[in-house]
Amino acid sequence: MIELDCRGQKCPLPVIKLAQTITKSEVGDVVRVLADDPAAANDIPAWCRMKHQEFVGSPEPHTFDVRRLS
Amino acid sequence: MAREALLAALTDGWADPARLYAAGRRAQQLSDAARAAFAEALGVRVDEVSFWPSGTAAAQAAVLGALAGRARQGDTLVHSAIEHSAVLHAAARGKAVEVGVDRLGRLDLDAWDAAVSAPGVAVASLISASHEVGTVQPVAAAAAYCDEAGVPLFVDAAQSVGRVDVPPGWSLLSASAHKWGGPPGVGVLVVRKGVRWISPYPQDDLYRPGTPGSADLPAVVAAAASLRAVRQEAATEAVRLSALVERIRARVAATVPDVEVVGDPEQRLPHLVTFSCLYVDGEALLHALDRAGFAVSSGSSCTASTLRPSHVLEAMGVLSHGNVRVSLHSGTTEADVERFLAVLPGLVGDIRREAGM
Repeated sequence: MIELDCRGQKCPLPVIKLAQTITKSEVGDVVRVLADDPAAANDIPAWCRMKHQEFVGSPEPHTFDVRRLS
Repeated sequence: MAREALLAALTDGWADPARLYAAGRRAQQLSDAARAAFAEALGVRVDEVSFWPSGTAAAQAAVLGALAGRARQGDTLVHSAIEHSAVLHAAARGKAVEVGVDRLGRLDLDAWDAAVSAPGVAVASLISASHEVGTVQPVAAAAAYCDEAGVPLFVDAAQSVGRVDVPPGWSLLSASAHKWGGPPGVGVLVVRKGVRWISPYPQDDLYRPGTPGSADLPAVVAAAASLRAVRQEAATEAVRLSALVERIRARVAATVPDVEVVGDPEQRLPHLVTFSCLYVDGEALLHALDRAGFAVSSGSSCTASTLRPSHVLEAMGVLSHGNVRVSLHSGTTEADVERFLAVLPGLVGDIRREAGM
């Protein structure tokens, strides 16, 4: 699993970092984004929906797991 | 129109309408005429209309006054997740139950039915149409569920009055003059006969819904005149602006990559359109549009006074960053819209390039 520490960064930075990082992963890999901007909880799942990737869930606060589907 | 009425009313409207001298009687006549104009426009009785210092004050007085009036029946306010923050702030005073919306911003009617039917509900509150994404709410259906449950419904109609009619069935309604192109500083509250309302403020002995102290009568007169004028044009303006909104919705989706045009594409206000651009800082885009001569708003957290993203976009689960809200008005021309659509893709592209996307 790739972990991406975006704590302290304001949206849209965590989403930009996620988009840049996920292309370096393999299809099926999970990227874990650590982000404490209040918009991240909304915008990371919205990004997954728009870019056809899987939002796996938020196992704990400020932690978001995304699986690369394509 | 509002300006002319305001200037004319300044002559006769400065006096206290409650006084019996000649100037006071003229002021009372102006006040009565304004009240009658609002009653006619809203399809209600004259004595159901009161004036407030703003739409916010009227909406909050509606919620708090209706809660107080129903204190014996219950203490809970049921409201949609997409109410104006004015209503949410009033809701935060006591017990509240929030009802969600779908991805297009439409009220979940089944959840609404369950929420208003629960024991202990005093009042329900529903915005007539989202002020952020334009989605028109199913007011008639929501009102029917409230009626079945015996719960009064408050409708915040600030976005609709002067543009589109609000379906009947509600118990209280508020509106805001500057939203229909009238002067700022005038809110209108309607409390239907038979609805128990107790002022959240210390009250005088007249015991009628109203703001403490005197209303700004010249502004009220101007608000009434402008509402009448706006309503005469409303049907043709709605057709014109709605076509421009349709054009923006289609063209933004086609010319800006990775964009989400939000809100209901059909059940929507005629003049409002909202979209979110992936990887774009909303504030940067607002400034770029401002430099290009466009005054637009945003629900993105980086541009709002709070650090949170718009509660409306969150409730819908749509992208909140890179958000732009375009509100068209009577002065907006087709050429303005075309120029906006011509510059937008380049501005979005510049910001994305700077961010490394």
